[in-house]
Amino acid sequence: MSGGLSGSGDMLAKGRVWLRSRKTRARMVHAVAYALIVLGAVVVFFPFYWQVSTSLKAPADVFRWPPVWVPIPPHFENYLEVASVVPLGLYVRNSLIISSLVIVGTLLSCSLAAYGFARLRFPGREAIFLALISPMILPWAVYMVPQFVLFQKLGWYNTYYPLIVPAFFGSPFHIFLLRQFLLGIPLELEDAARIDGAGFLGTYARIILPLAKPALATVAIFTFMGAWNDFFGPLVYVSDQRLFTLPLGLAFFQGSPRSTIQIHLLMATSVIIAIPCILVYFFAQRLFIQGIVFTGLKG
Amino acid sequence: MAVRYSGTVGRRFSLRKREALAGYLFIAPAVVGFVVFVAGPIAASLVFSLTEFRLIVPPCWTGLANYGTLVRDPLFWQSLNVTIRYALAALPLGLVCSLALAVLMNQKVKGIAFWRTVYYLPAVISGVAVAVLWTWILNPEFGLLNVLLRYVGVKGPHWLGNTRTALPSLVLIGLWGVGGNMVIYLAGLQGIPTELYEAAEIDGAGSTSRFTHITLPMLSPIIFFNLVMGLIGVFQFFTEPFVMTRGGPENSTLTYMLYLYRNAFSYFRMGYASALAWVFFVLVFLLTLAVFRSSPLWVYYEARGGR
Repeated sequence: MSGGLSGSGDMLAKGRVWLRSRKTRARMVHAVAYALIVLGAVVVFFPFYWQVSTSLKAPADVFRWPPVWVPIPPHFENYLEVASVVPLGLYVRNSLIISSLVIVGTLLSCSLAAYGFARLRFPGREAIFLALISPMILPWAVYMVPQFVLFQKLGWYNTYYPLIVPAFFGSPFHIFLLRQFLLGIPLELEDAARIDGAGFLGTYARIILPLAKPALATVAIFTFMGAWNDFFGPLVYVSDQRLFTLPLGLAFFQGSPRSTIQIHLLMATSVIIAIPCILVYFFAQRLFIQGIVFTGLKG
Repeated sequence: MAVRYSGTVGRRFSLRKREALAGYLFIAPAVVGFVVFVAGPIAASLVFSLTEFRLIVPPCWTGLANYGTLVRDPLFWQSLNVTIRYALAALPLGLVCSLALAVLMNQKVKGIAFWRTVYYLPAVISGVAVAVLWTWILNPEFGLLNVLLRYVGVKGPHWLGNTRTALPSLVLIGLWGVGGNMVIYLAGLQGIPTELYEAAEIDGAGSTSRFTHITLPMLSPIIFFNLVMGLIGVFQFFTEPFVMTRGGPENSTLTYMLYLYRNAFSYFRMGYASALAWVFFVLVFLLTLAVFRSSPLWVYYEARGGR
C-alpha cells in the first residue's frame, strides 16, 4: 500500500522534473535560435555598414591598418565629389526615365491581360495563358540574340526603346500575379456595373482597377526594382555614355583604373543606387512581402 | 440571368461573341509581345544557330557547323563546367540556408518583422551594387573579410584573384541574399496548421521527426517552386562574374552566360551565340523537366491527399 503510494509520488516527482526539463529545453532551443538569428543578422548587415562607412571615409583612411571602423568626422562631401567623377545627375535622370516608363507600360499591359484572363470567357483562354506565362521558366538567354538583332534592325540600338517598349506588351510574371489577385475578387461588383450598362472597358477602368490597387502597387514596386537595377538590358543596348543608367555607370566606374584608388567614391555611388530601393522596400514592405509570398506560395 | 435567357438564341450568342472579342482585345498587347519578343526570337535563334551570322553581313547557311565548333570549343566546356559547379554549390547551399533560417525565425522569436527586414535587405539591392560592394569586401589587402581574418592572425587569400577561391567567393556572395527565399519559406511555415504538430507531439514524435514528417512535406510545394526558379537563376549567373572577375582568373569564373554574352555582343558571332543559347535551352529545359517529373515523388499537395 505504502509502496504503491510512494511509487505514485515518485511518478509525480519524475513528471514534474520531466515537465521542467522540457520547459528548460524549449527555452534553451529558443535562446539558441535567437542567438543564431542575431548573429546571422549581424553577418548580413555588416557588409552594408562597411559600404556606408567606406563611403564616408577620407581617402587616406580607406587603406589603413588597423582599419578605421567609424569615420569621424564623416566625410559627407564624398557624395558631392561623386558628381565630379561621374555624371551622376545624368545617370539618375536616365534611370528614372526608363524606370517610370517601364512601370507605366507594365501596369497597363499586364492589368489589361490579367482582366481578360481572369474575367472574360473566350476559346483557347487557358492555353494562351499558359503560353504567355511560360517565359517565367524559360531562360531568356535563348531569345536575347534574335531580340537584339530585331531591335538593331529597327534602328533602336543605342536608344531606350528596347528597354521600354517590351514593357507595354506584357510581362509574364506580373500578368500571372495580377490574374491570381483578380481571381480572388468576388464577381458581384462587376455584375452590378454590367447591369448598369457599363462595357468591358468601363468595368475594367471603374471597377477592376480600383479594386486591384494593392496588387497594382505590388507590381509597380517589383517593376521599379527590376528596371532600376537592370544591368543586362542597358549593357547590351546602350553604348553612348550619355545614355548610361546608374548600374551601367557604376559598373563602368568600377572597371576604370581610378576606381582602385577612389573606393570611397565607388561605395558612395553604390549607396546612391541602393537608397531608392531601400526606401521603397521600407515604406512598402507589407506590399512587397505580400507579393513575394503570394507568388511563392500560390505559384 | 433571367433577362439574358429571355433574349433570342442569336442575341445570346452575339453576347458571348462580344465577350470573346473583348477578351482577345484585352490580351492582345501581351499576345503580340509574346509572339514578337519571345516566341519569334526563340524560333529565329534556332535558325540563326544554323548560320554564320556576324550582324553586319547577312547570315549564311552553314548547317550544323556551329554545333560542331561548339563541341570542339574548350571555352564552351569550361563555361559549362563553371556553371554546373556554381549551380551544384549555390542551389543546395541556398536552399538549406534559407530553409534553416526560416525555421529559426519561426521559433516565435521577438521582433520577427525587424529581423526579416534585415535578412531581406540584400535582395533589394542592385546586382551591380552588390558586385561592387563585394569586390571591395574581398579586396586582398584592405577588404572587410581579410581585415577580420587579420585580427585573428590569418592571412586571407586573394579571393577573386585565385583560381581556387574565385568561384567559391561568388557562391558566398549568393548566400548573402538567402533572405529572399527565407521570406517565402517563413510564410509557408506560418501557414502550417499547429494542430499537426500538436497531434504529432501527442503521438510522441520528436522534433526531428516532426521536421521530416510535417514541416518538409508541407513546405515541399514551395521548395519545388524555389528550386525551379533557382535553377534558371543560377544557370543565368552573369552580373557578378562580369563586374567582379571578368570571368577570370584563367576563366575560372567564366559562366555560360558570360561566354554567351561575349560571343554575341563582344565578338558579334550571332550564329555561334545562338547555337550556345540552344544548347543551354535544351540543358535547362531537361533539368527543369527532371525536377517536374520527380515532383510526384517528393512534393506533397494537400488537395490531392498526399502521395
